[in-house]
Amino acid sequence: MTATRGSVRNALPLVPFFVFLVIFLIIPTLTVINGSVSTNGTYNLDKIRALGDSAALGALGKSVLLSAVTAVIGAVLGAVLSWLIVSSAPTSVFRRVVTSICSVLAQFGGVALAFAFIATIGYSGVLTNWFRTSSGIDLYGTGWLYSVTGLMLVYTYFQIPLMVIVFLPALEGLRVQWREAAVSLGATSRQYWTQVAGPLLAPAFLGATLLLFANSFAAYATAAALVSQGNPILPLMIRTAMTSEVVLGQAGFAYALAFEMIIVVAIIMVGYGLLVRRTSRWLR
Amino acid sequence: MSAATTGPSGWKRALLLVPFAIFFFLPLYAMADFSTRTPTGQGRTLQGWRNLVADDTLYSAILISLGLAVLTVALMLLLLVPTMIWVRLRAPWATRIIEFLCLLPLTIPALVIVVGMRDVYLWVTWIFGDSALTLAFVYTVLVLPYAYRAIDGSLSSIDVKTLSEAARSLGAGWGTTIMRVVVPNIWSGILSAAFISIAVVLGEYTIASLAGYQNLQVVIVAIGKADGMTAVAASLATLLFGFVLLLVLSVVTGRRPDSPTAPEPATEGSTP
Repeated sequence: MTATRGSVRNALPLVPFFVFLVIFLIIPTLTVINGSVSTNGTYNLDKIRALGDSAALGALGKSVLLSAVTAVIGAVLGAVLSWLIVSSAPTSVFRRVVTSICSVLAQFGGVALAFAFIATIGYSGVLTNWFRTSSGIDLYGTGWLYSVTGLMLVYTYFQIPLMVIVFLPALEGLRVQWREAAVSLGATSRQYWTQVAGPLLAPAFLGATLLLFANSFAAYATAAALVSQGNPILPLMIRTAMTSEVVLGQAGFAYALAFEMIIVVAIIMVGYGLLVRRTSRWLR
Repeated sequence: MSAATTGPSGWKRALLLVPFAIFFFLPLYAMADFSTRTPTGQGRTLQGWRNLVADDTLYSAILISLGLAVLTVALMLLLLVPTMIWVRLRAPWATRIIEFLCLLPLTIPALVIVVGMRDVYLWVTWIFGDSALTLAFVYTVLVLPYAYRAIDGSLSSIDVKTLSEAARSLGAGWGTTIMRVVVPNIWSGILSAAFISIAVVLGEYTIASLAGYQNLQVVIVAIGKADGMTAVAASLATLLFGFVLLLVLSVVTGRRPDSPTAPEPATEGSTP
């Protein structure tokens, strides 16, 4: 009796937090899920079925392609950069500066990033102008910056620093003793990397790649600022569905598209969680 | 530790770093160049930068975004700090669920939240009026993962239980214990949580634009359709502000700010 009263009193100060999250996170999420399987209170699978339309499938496919390409490029180049970082002394100014810059750049998404690339390789961008006057090469071309190809380049800008932030701790966690043990048993540098460090780092690398995939898959602002019309990728299709659903006569299709996004990101994040658990077995 | 992974040294490393440096700094340089061009191509002008305060729409959007940043930080601290301290002291059973809820916005992108928040916001605008400042509620959710990690980090580094038992046995109430004993000891965590939240809110576009509110980023995009120079200047200004905030933070706290392990929502701020 007293125990129950005590735990109720202990739980009471947590109520505002739970209520807030229910209102502003849980209810919107449930609204999306509910809205994607019902229309005006009656349940049906019309909107889920509409996800199979060629336009919706095409957007999903391009989103997956964009995310996969930028995740792999970001992961590989980010791993190279991390490797360059750990080769400096842990306390060096270089390492602190580079890691600080990376943590800032990984946050640097959104509208500003779109404008940064417009200023660089847009129609009258700095690099475009430079190439035009110095060698006559037309960097702008047919406006590829504003297509999925352009998004690949732009997304790489925040994917590489994110990879550094996520992957660096694993690389730093490799112990000197492991290398010494390998070397004292006669391993070459190549053998150490392929048979000791490689297998140890593989889950961390794959996990980070999945995180990068999710990061790019759900990114909206940069794409929205760059691509002002058309909906080549899923987030932009959600924009169109939200802003013009009356015209399309597909009330609530945005719900189904958002639901699709939840599913994809959730699958990726579960995979990420499993791989992180595996890495944390030896890290620290 | 790093000796475990002998990398290249000296000039070799420098050489390999050059392409990265060009890739990351060229767009920043280009923004500075682009935002100070004159229409004729002769000389330089600061008109784009002057428009930050001279252009009424832009200036009021800047004020809105700053107001949102303040409100979001206040709401986030009010919600998170007492809850997290209380969980450590009296409700350890709730640790996992609080952590799960705080990190959940990493899995539920801002784009999904804005699609589903219409019903909730009908109530919000009915109670608080139809102001862009009401976005502070949903922005608080967006910044939770980053804020949680920052505060959790510094709470872990002190012995909350002993501190508060000492305070309580000397006659302090819960309010005094939290405000005057625990909070001063987790100051660096609170500061990082606040700074990261400000950076996220100032860069937020996704929710504001799709919910139909005019914050800084929404206005920048609108201006960019006609006046690239001003839009680039404003983008670079927010960016530099964010750089300064986060760099100051990493110097002050002497460690890397907590990694955003997620969609920017990112961050995209949120969102890329």
